[in-house]
Amino acid sequence: MAPDLLLRLLTTPAMAPALSAAQWDLALRQARRAGLMARLALVVQEAGVPVPAQAQRHLAGALTVCKRLQEALAWELARIRAALADTGAPAVLLKGAAYAAAGLPVAAGRLFGDVDLLVPREHLAVVEAALLEHGWAPMKLDPYDQRYYRQWMHEIPPLEHTRRQTVIDVHHNILPRTARHRPDPSLILDLVRPALQAPGFFVPAPVDLVIHCATHLFYEGETDRALRDLLDFDGLLRHFGPEPGFWDTLVPRAQALDLARPLYYGLRYARRVLGTPIPGEVAQAAATAAPAWPVTLAMDWLAQEGFRPKHPSCRGPFTGLAHFILYLRGHWLRMPLRLLLPHLLRKALPRRAPRPVDRAAIL
Amino acid sequence: MNLRELPLEDIRHRLAGPGLCLRTGPFTVRIRSRISAVVDSLTLLYADHPVLADEVFCDFHVRLLRPLGLRRWWRPQVKFAFDDFVPFKPLPYDHAFPMLEWGLNWSVAQHAHWYLVVHAAVIEQKGRAAILPAPPGSGKSTLTAALVQRGWRLLSDELTLIDPETGLVHALARPVSLKNTSLPLLRAWAPEAVFGPPAHDTLKGTVAHMKPPQESVARMEEPAHPAWVIFPRYVPDSAPRLTPHPRAHALLELAHNAFNYSALGSCGYDTLARLIATVECFDFTYSRLEDALNIFTRLADGP
Repeated sequence: MAPDLLLRLLTTPAMAPALSAAQWDLALRQARRAGLMARLALVVQEAGVPVPAQAQRHLAGALTVCKRLQEALAWELARIRAALADTGAPAVLLKGAAYAAAGLPVAAGRLFGDVDLLVPREHLAVVEAALLEHGWAPMKLDPYDQRYYRQWMHEIPPLEHTRRQTVIDVHHNILPRTARHRPDPSLILDLVRPALQAPGFFVPAPVDLVIHCATHLFYEGETDRALRDLLDFDGLLRHFGPEPGFWDTLVPRAQALDLARPLYYGLRYARRVLGTPIPGEVAQAAATAAPAWPVTLAMDWLAQEGFRPKHPSCRGPFTGLAHFILYLRGHWLRMPLRLLLPHLLRKALPRRAPRPVDRAAIL
Repeated sequence: MNLRELPLEDIRHRLAGPGLCLRTGPFTVRIRSRISAVVDSLTLLYADHPVLADEVFCDFHVRLLRPLGLRRWWRPQVKFAFDDFVPFKPLPYDHAFPMLEWGLNWSVAQHAHWYLVVHAAVIEQKGRAAILPAPPGSGKSTLTAALVQRGWRLLSDELTLIDPETGLVHALARPVSLKNTSLPLLRAWAPEAVFGPPAHDTLKGTVAHMKPPQESVARMEEPAHPAWVIFPRYVPDSAPRLTPHPRAHALLELAHNAFNYSALGSCGYDTLARLIATVECFDFTYSRLEDALNIFTRLADGP
């Protein structure tokens, strides 16, 4: 029970009254590690289950911080809109910022980091120039990093606002140029909709939001936020599922975007881990993109390990190995080996730049 | 049960194994470490703090350990871990106990968002609390240590916890960190005070911790009404001077010194606005502890 405590509490909050103080203690530690404290707070709040006072105040604190981050995001979006006003470029929000801007339920209780923006390739230069003019500055000044991003990635080097320290990732596609799969960004851009909660911005069509979420999840080598992202995927499916035409168009759309494989994985593991309701014929259609069975078997194991919080209580004897394989897999999918090996080597070499001062030890 | 009632073997055993659950004000902390300096300093300085049973809810799980690797033999270090998250770079092995104290401060400042957490000392007399925000080096901890040895109750020398709902300040009653020249000063001022072993060459020079007075620990669950915000400044050879400090500026100073002011959003501002409306604000310069004690006694005896 211990490794799956948080997961069970999130999916079955009715079990909360049966938890001992020590189990609440563990559930909160797992939630904190997985970045899901505020999400857990909302789940138990909506279920109306009693929470011991000592745990409740941690949950309430997480909700306060989360609310504040959402306010900060709204402000940030307004600043970005002002900066881009004269560029004439359509600004499409992706991931967390898109969920919030579209007013989707998955945005509630979600923490926000960087703002991810998708713009048509031909507008990239004018958007970057406008942001630089309005106070954002490149975070990666190393010429190697600059070249790495501009030559191979699907985004320009991240930009940080010099006063607010907020970060924007400006993308021209949703996967690197060097990646195994090659989605055509113009397909996504053609179907964008106005963002209801963030005037001036656009968000991808529901199917594209879902497919991008799965793609992000199964292209990412880092597993720190994997459970959070799977919950996003689950929440998007539950929200958009009842919309007419959604299920019918999902798999064909993923095929058109060359992203049928990640969608297949997403659907498979959302159902297994979170019990997401998926129509049988959709699951079947998606399974045409399944890999050979030994690969599926291996992925089942990797997913089981990868979707657990990265907390010591969730660690089995082979968890470390699984995370390492997922890390390599993420890199390997994003770049062919002939590019990847020199890149990793370069990153492993000691740098001459001074290391940042540790300002954390303030007290 | 208090830590002093637990046999040393038991303390060592818990610290090395499941962890020692200590209560400090509103928080329960589970501490794990095999480092003997940590065992000894905890035993000495937290003697009056309540120990809790194993199966309780703990707010923070912290650990001090020697990182693996060759340095272990060549230049040993100590690492602080919050659960298994390591927020700081390791420090020299001799700084293990100060690192635990800094780590506990970090744990509270980073996670206790049901309080507004201000970087300030706070002491109480007759139910009224004086909040002392001040930059490092202003003599805040020295003043706090001196006053709590003469009738003031220690709430905290580093973290002022303000409850947004009640406006009250809560106590931690943890050891007071003293630096460099203030150590001999305090030993002379309060020969009965108990100090842990000094750690030399830390980020802040020589650091030693003073055990909180027993009464402060016994009353640590008791919150206090904030009555004064006082900005202390040690000026060599100066006469004591207590002068009014503009309230609006005091609010900004407190906001600037709060760890989670922006994380709390409007709640942080409302909490400070309410506090500032009910307190008196002063600047205080001094050079002699005697003078400071006189001024603070007069404040406490006042209306």
